[in-house]
Amino acid sequence: MTEPRDETNGLADAGDSQWPLWEVFTQERTGAPHEHAGSVHATDAEQAIQNARDVYARRGKVVSIWVVPSIDITATSPGDAGPFFDPGSDKAYRHPQFYRTPHGVRVY
Amino acid sequence: MGYGQPPDEPETGAGSEAPASVEPLRQSADVVAPSATSHGSADPVVEFLLRLGDDRLVLGHRLSEWCGHAPILEEDIALANIALDCIGHASLLLARAGALEGAGRDEDALAYHRDAVEFRNALLMELPNDDFAFTIARQFLVDAFAFHAFQALAAAPDEDTAGIAAKAHKETTYHLRHSAEWMLRLGDGTAESHVRAQRALERAWPYTGELFAEDAVTRAVAERGWPADVAALRAPWLRTVTDVVTRATLELPDDGFMHHGGRQGRHTEHLGHLLAEMQIVARSHPGATW
Repeated sequence: MTEPRDETNGLADAGDSQWPLWEVFTQERTGAPHEHAGSVHATDAEQAIQNARDVYARRGKVVSIWVVPSIDITATSPGDAGPFFDPGSDKAYRHPQFYRTPHGVRVY
Repeated sequence: MGYGQPPDEPETGAGSEAPASVEPLRQSADVVAPSATSHGSADPVVEFLLRLGDDRLVLGHRLSEWCGHAPILEEDIALANIALDCIGHASLLLARAGALEGAGRDEDALAYHRDAVEFRNALLMELPNDDFAFTIARQFLVDAFAFHAFQALAAAPDEDTAGIAAKAHKETTYHLRHSAEWMLRLGDGTAESHVRAQRALERAWPYTGELFAEDAVTRAVAERGWPADVAALRAPWLRTVTDVVTRATLELPDDGFMHHGGRQGRHTEHLGHLLAEMQIVARSHPGATW
């Protein structure tokens, strides 16, 4: 039911030519959520951090990087979309949308 | 391997000092053409900055040769990033040298319109990349040097140079981290990577002595209050190198014969080819901009 994204296009046995895949999340400024920036290949965590910095953090504003082995990410599959997400949008009474956000409160 | 160099030439002997009268380079049509007798600048501070600037320029160029050829995509990007950092340092250092020289040469004139005999980089920088292990070993040895050298240079009496050095030190800290980690992975890796890494270390080692060689230029610059005691950088450099080499399960090569000559403009046969590639566009279209 839940499978990590297969980046090797089915060539799961790419063997020597591909290192393990890591997902990269970068943070634009302190306090902001880390956002998915992409993926890198690396042999271990330290190399993943360095590769992520070289590939994703050289041009934009990045103050923090997280890397996670792709294999450790559990994701919903497209087939789950209905049962998981559908009932939410047509029940207005479940959402706090009748309040005005006070001045100065940052909405991410 | 400098040509025409006697085997035991001492640092203070003939050939290590600038000639008594140095002709300034002649300028023509905004392109600075070298004269037959020009070997460098009469100002030791300019010479000192040219050495460091040429180091970064030649090393940056060597690293850029990996673009499109690195073993894996992420490493291709990493090496290109580091090459750009080095070239950035070169640009700033050469610009400062040109400004202090006061002969109207900017960083482009110095980078693209000097001949090999006028370059002051250490020989270690111009050696061909060979295999990935040699590239990494050379990079590691240079990064360890540059880390300590820029740290010292951040105390230079010239404010611009101090600023350049402080910024370069930050970037070099990352370079050192990158190349040190690769030394660990190659040394403490497979049997093949271990052999290649050890061989790379042995090949590069005889070129490291030049980085710490004192001569008339470094002494003259030190007299002007600059932190130019390059020999004093060897101890912290060796500590950094020994730590990583040991953890990489490699052996520190013995100190033996050390190559010299780059600082005096006596280069290996490799620099000419490197400059031919690096300078061809600028020399074909002098003064062009885009």
